[in-house]
Amino acid sequence: MSTNQPAPSPTTLIRIAQLHKSYKLIDADGNTIENPVLQNINLIIEKGEFVAIMGHSGSGKSTLMNILGCLDTPTSGDYWLENQNVAMLSNDALARLRNRYIGFVFQGFNLLNRMTALDNVAVPLLYAGENRASSRQQAMEQLRRTGLEKFAMHHPNQLSGGQQQRVAISRALINQPPLILADEPTGNLDTQTSQEIMTLFEQLNREQGITIVLVTHENDIAAYARRLILIKDGSIVYDGDQALENVPDPVV
Amino acid sequence: MRALRMNRLRTGLTMLGMIIGVAAVVLMLSIGQGAQTKINQSIETMGSNLFIVLPGATSSGGLSFGSGSVKTLTVNDAMAIAELPAVNATGPVISGTAQLNFNAKNWSTSITGTTPDYFMVGNWTIEDGSIFSETDVRSAARVVVLGSITAENLFGTINPVGKTVRITNRPFLVVGVLAAKGQSLSGRDQDDNVFIPITTSERQITGNQFPGSIRYMLVQGKSAETMEEAEIEITQLLRQRHRISDGMENDFTVRNLTAIADVATDTAKILSIVLGAIASISLLVGGIGIMNIMLVSVTERTREIGIRMAIGANRNAILIQFLLEAIMICFMGGMIGVILGIGSAWIISQLIDMLVVITLSMVFLAFLFSSAVGIFFGFYPARKAASLKPVDALRYE
Ligand SMILES: Nc1ncnc2c1ncn2[C@@H]1O[C@H](COP(=O)(O)OP(=O)(O)OP(=O)(O)O)[C@@H](O)[C@H]1O
Ligand SMILES: [Mg+2]
Repeated sequence: MSTNQPAPSPTTLIRIAQLHKSYKLIDADGNTIENPVLQNINLIIEKGEFVAIMGHSGSGKSTLMNILGCLDTPTSGDYWLENQNVAMLSNDALARLRNRYIGFVFQGFNLLNRMTALDNVAVPLLYAGENRASSRQQAMEQLRRTGLEKFAMHHPNQLSGGQQQRVAISRALINQPPLILADEPTGNLDTQTSQEIMTLFEQLNREQGITIVLVTHENDIAAYARRLILIKDGSIVYDGDQALENVPDPVV
Repeated sequence: MRALRMNRLRTGLTMLGMIIGVAAVVLMLSIGQGAQTKINQSIETMGSNLFIVLPGATSSGGLSFGSGSVKTLTVNDAMAIAELPAVNATGPVISGTAQLNFNAKNWSTSITGTTPDYFMVGNWTIEDGSIFSETDVRSAARVVVLGSITAENLFGTINPVGKTVRITNRPFLVVGVLAAKGQSLSGRDQDDNVFIPITTSERQITGNQFPGSIRYMLVQGKSAETMEEAEIEITQLLRQRHRISDGMENDFTVRNLTAIADVATDTAKILSIVLGAIASISLLVGGIGIMNIMLVSVTERTREIGIRMAIGANRNAILIQFLLEAIMICFMGGMIGVILGIGSAWIISQLIDMLVVITLSMVFLAFLFSSAVGIFFGFYPARKAASLKPVDALRYE
């Protein structure tokens, strides 16, 4: 697979080459058919970029995000994260990679409902091998930075959507990862709250140089990013800056 | 752990399976152990290297004391057997029941006519006074040795030694009281009994259709190693004395009581094992309950597993999380089960007069077994959880 290994570049965070992803489906006659979801994706994302991915529903955005997040594996093609060929890594190494290098923010927040906000934020530290006391302490500091210390002992169902998403972002940030992957992070939030969340992302990107890749359906959310990628039927049809008048209408 | 607390009712019901299983194991083991202990106690009181020789041919039925109306064994047989090289002593017995009176009290009990050797052979110890002597036997003296229960019922707090009791209206001098022995192997109370010289019994109390004949005799072998020799010697001697020609059946039966005791011990052991095995089945059922609930829990929490994997949990972390939950259920269930098992064993021992014995190793075994069940039945669901693909787990609705 990794025949055309590129020269390692210190500024490149993500490099994807000729990536395909297809699901096997069983049709009405009982035959297995291949359903291609991503086709020939080539993508390079440098450290410190802020990328928005747009496209129709079902175009393959989440599939791409899952592969970027090492939650899923491509059918063919190569993916290097921080110059590591992801295909070569064991399950445990992938878990470590997700823990240290990637922060996830989901549309549905995906907090652990049985835990307080504080413990939710502390979990990635526990998986990184930190002890409970120091994890809690760091989680508290993180919540303070995101303005949530008042809600530390609340359970997710005692928080508003915006607050939950900020807890999720705190959790994503706790291990200081270089990359944040956000799949429709504002999909469940109102305009006001969406803008607060996006301001937070923009600030993280600008002040801490964290690379952010987010998926959205809304132009004004995508407008926070500096780079736009359009996906149509599993292929990248546009990859460039945010001069939206040049962009073929993304969400028809 | 949090997950366990959230689903209290379900966890409680799952644990109940474990509790009942462990309680059953503890209870059954304690009953089995009790039976074993009781048998051992009876055997200890029985005396060692013991034969019982009964008149009449060997019947197909098992052990039956004083069988039949056959009168082929005599006191002289007993005296002759006592002289055999592999035999230590013999105690011939004739027996019946009699009414005893002391002051206004009367007490009906079994009466044993025998010789002084009987007390040694039968492993009796004297509590007070002494046993009667050979001279008493020769002169058919009216002397009596009381079993502890009889003594207590007739005399209460008074010391019976030196007092006179009336046995079927004849005065007898109490020369001794025996120490208590408890139940025999066949479950008979051995302490409600009185002993008088065999001659006195035959002539004055129980009477005898065939003078000189006896009900049975106890024979003590010289040592455990020569028991087989002793049995052969006894058989040969009796055949010779009874003039039984070759090919004819014995008119007596020699039984090795020590061997019978061994069989009883083995039986009790098997009983313990069977009871334990039956109880283990309920533990197994409890284990399957745990597996079932853990599988449901894994399915229910697939999304949680996905989230945990996304934020850095590796497979071992997930595996351990679920395995710990299963072990936790088992451990707590095991603890409550042990307490419940000990409690019900105690209640049973109080309600029906049954000996139950609880040992530390029994409790330990129940614990060990329940933890093993937890690990065994928790492992499959835990591994199922750990082997989920992160993306599939996250997408699960
Ligand atoms: N596990 C799967 N098995 C089979 N097909 C799948 C699976 N997951 C996704 N697909 C298919 O892949 C395609 C792309 O799905 P994906 O979730 O990536 O779309 P998306 O661009 O994120 O859409 P949306 O904007 O609605 O979230 C869809 O046609 C979907 O049916
Ligand atoms: Mg999607």
